[in-house]
Amino acid sequence: MNNLLVTDSVSKNFGDFKALNNVSIAVPEGSIFGLLGPNGAGKTTLIRIINQITMPDSGTVLLDGKPLHANDIQYIGYLPEERGLYKSMKVGEQVLYLAQLKGMSKADAKKRLKYWFEKLEIGDWWNKKIQELSKGMAQKIQFVVTVLHQPKLLIFDEPFSGFDPINANLIKDEILHLRDEGATVIFSTHRMESVEELCDHIALIHKSNKILDGKLQDIKRSYKTNTFEVGLVTENEDVLRNVIEQKFEVSTADFKSLNDDLKLNIKLKSTETSNDLLSFLTQNAEVNHFNELVPSASDIFIQTVKNN
Amino acid sequence: MNHLSLIIKREYLTKVKNKSFIVMTILSPIIMIALFAVVAYLSQLNNNKERTISILDESGQISSIFKNTENTTYNSLSNISLNDAKAQVEEKGEYGLLHIANNEDLDEMSKSIRFYSEDTPSLTLISSLESKLEKKLTDLKLQQGGVDIEKIAASRTSIDIAQESYLGEKTSKIDNVVKLAFGGFAGYMLFMFIIIYGNMIMRSVIEEKTSRIIEVIISSVKPIQLMMGKIIGTSLAGITQFVIWIILGTLLMSIFSLVFGVNLTEMQTPQQEMMQQAVQSADVQNQMQNVMAAIYNLPITNLVIAFLLFFIGGYLLYSSLYAAIGAAVDNETDTQQFMLPILMPLILAVYVGIFTVIEDPHGTVSTVFSFIPFTSPVVMLMRIPFGVPLWQQIVALLLLIATFIFTVWFAAKIYRVGILMYGKKPSYKELFKWLKY
Repeated sequence: MNNLLVTDSVSKNFGDFKALNNVSIAVPEGSIFGLLGPNGAGKTTLIRIINQITMPDSGTVLLDGKPLHANDIQYIGYLPEERGLYKSMKVGEQVLYLAQLKGMSKADAKKRLKYWFEKLEIGDWWNKKIQELSKGMAQKIQFVVTVLHQPKLLIFDEPFSGFDPINANLIKDEILHLRDEGATVIFSTHRMESVEELCDHIALIHKSNKILDGKLQDIKRSYKTNTFEVGLVTENEDVLRNVIEQKFEVSTADFKSLNDDLKLNIKLKSTETSNDLLSFLTQNAEVNHFNELVPSASDIFIQTVKNN
Repeated sequence: MNHLSLIIKREYLTKVKNKSFIVMTILSPIIMIALFAVVAYLSQLNNNKERTISILDESGQISSIFKNTENTTYNSLSNISLNDAKAQVEEKGEYGLLHIANNEDLDEMSKSIRFYSEDTPSLTLISSLESKLEKKLTDLKLQQGGVDIEKIAASRTSIDIAQESYLGEKTSKIDNVVKLAFGGFAGYMLFMFIIIYGNMIMRSVIEEKTSRIIEVIISSVKPIQLMMGKIIGTSLAGITQFVIWIILGTLLMSIFSLVFGVNLTEMQTPQQEMMQQAVQSADVQNQMQNVMAAIYNLPITNLVIAFLLFFIGGYLLYSSLYAAIGAAVDNETDTQQFMLPILMPLILAVYVGIFTVIEDPHGTVSTVFSFIPFTSPVVMLMRIPFGVPLWQQIVALLLLIATFIFTVWFAAKIYRVGILMYGKKPSYKELFKWLKY
C-alpha cells in the first residue's frame, strides 16, 4: 500500500521548548490514521506542520511522495480543534468564500455545497448568519467546509466535540463514507472508543516523541498476553479451580453474565493454543463463556504513556 | 494572487455591508453639517439682535463717527444731563449709553469716556467702539498739533514684500499661507486615516482570533496574504467612506444653502466683521487674486504624486503595525499598551509638522523629521508645497519603502505566531521571542 503522507524526522522548537523531536510517521493511502497522545504532546504542532501553518525546523513532509508545496493545501481538508466561523457572515456566502480560498471555482463550490446541504438536511440555513445557529449546527457547517473541496487528505482534530450522539454518528458515517470513496483520514482525538471504531492505523506521540506506531491490529497483537476470559458451570467451584490452577496461571475474572458461573482469567504459555485450553476445560466443566482478552486502544495508550 | 483578491473582496464587502459602517457613512456628514448649521445659526441669532446705543457727546465733535449699521442703531442725545440720559436709556430698554464728557484737553477727555449699561456689554461691541474712538481722538489730537490729516491719509503706504528666489520663483506671504494650508490638510488627512482605519484593521484581526476561524483560513492562505488582504480591503472601504463623505457633505451643504437661503461660507460672525473692517475692500479683491495665483503656483504635479506615494507608504507602514497588534492580543482592551508606541511618532509628526514647518520649512528639525520613516509621510507632505529638492523626496521615499518592507516582515512574523496564540497577554519580551519562531 502507498503512503499518501510521510513525515520524515520532523522537529520543531518554540524558543527553548521542543515541541517535536524527530517525528516520522507514514499514513497509508485510504486508511484512517489515528494520531494519539496526551494533551500537549505535540499533535497539534505536527498537524499544523502538515497544513503548512508552521514550518518545521528540520525534517521533511512528503505528500504523494513529493515534498509539500504551497499549492498542496487544496488537497488537504483540515478541521482544527479550535474552530469557528465568521459570526456575522451568512452561511452560504461563507462556505463559498472558504471553498474558493481552497482553490475551487465558485460554480463548483455551489454545486458541491448544494449536495452536502441536502445530504445533511441543512439546505434552509443558506441565508442564516452563523450567530443565529446553535453550536452543533455551526459544527455541521464546519464539517462541510472541511470536506467540500474533495480533498484526498482529511485531517480531523477532535471532530466529535460539540455533537450530540445522533449527529456524532452521522459525522462518523460520513467520515467512513469518505474513506470508502478513497480519501485518507488523519484523526486526532482523546476519545479511545472512536479510535477503536474508526482507525486502522495509529501513531502515539508523547512528550514530543513518537513512541508507537503501526497497524492497530498488529499493535494489539503485540500487546496481547494470551489471556482468556472463561465462564464455567460446575457443581463444586473450588475443586474445579484447583484442577485448573495445577495446569495454568489463573486469576479471578470480573465480567457480567446471566449465570452464577466460576469466572476466571487464564493465561497461556506461548507454546499453548486456545484449543488446548478449550479441550481441557470441556473435559472438566461446561463452558458458557470463552473470550480472548485483547487490550483496548485505551489500555495500550495508558500503558505505553506510563512506561515512557 | 488569486487568494489576495478574494480576501480583499471579502474584507471590503463585509466592511461596506456592515450596518454600523453604513450608518456612520451616511450619518456623519449629516451630523457634521447639522452641527455646523446650528452653530452658525445660533451665532447669527446672537449677532442679529438689534441694539440701540445712545450717545451723549458733550463735546459735539465725536458722535458723527458712529454710523448706523444693520444691527446697531446709534442715537445721539443732546441738551440732557447725564443722569437724565441714563434714566431715559434705561426706561427705553436700550442696550447702553456712551458718555463723552467735554474737555479741552483731549487726553483728559479720552480718559473720561464711559459706557453705561444694565448688563456687561459684549466684548466685540466695546472693542469696536474703542477702535473708532481711538481713531477719531488721534485725528483730533493731530489736528490740534497742526497736522493736516488729509496728507497723512494720502501718505499712508501699504507694503507687501514680493519674495523671489535666486532662480526667479516668486512667492509671497499669501503663497506661504496657501502652502501651509495644503501641507497641513494633507498631513492631517493621513493622520486621521491611519487612526480610523488602522483601528478598523486591528479590530478585524481580533475578530478572526476571537471567532477562532483563523486556523481554518490560515490552512488555506499564507498569513501575509491574509494580512495584506485585510489592509488593502479595509483601506478601500475607507476610501469609499471618505469619498461618500465628501460627496454627501458637498451635496448637503448646497441643499442647506438653497433651502435656508443662507450661504454658510459667507455667514458673518462678529469676528469676521471686525476683520473685514480692518481690511479695505479693494485689498480683498487683490488678496483673492493672490490666493488664486498662489494655488496656481503650487508644484501641483509634484504635490499630487508625492501625496499619493507618501500617503500610501505611510498608511501601509502604520496599518501593518496595527495588524500586528491585533494579532498579538485577544481582545481590544489589551491593545492599550501597544498603541502608545505607535501613536507617539504619529502625534510627534503632526506637532513637528505644524510648529517647525511654519517657522522654517527647510530648517534642520523639519528636514530631519521629513527623512525619518515614521514621521516622514506627515512632515514631508507638509514641506513639499514649499519646494523640496527631488533628491530629498526620493531618499525619504526610499527610506519609507525600506522601513515598510521591514515592518511588514516584522508584523507578519508577529501575526503568524500571534494569531494562533490564545489566553495570555503577551509582553514585549515575548513578542521579541516570537520573531525567532
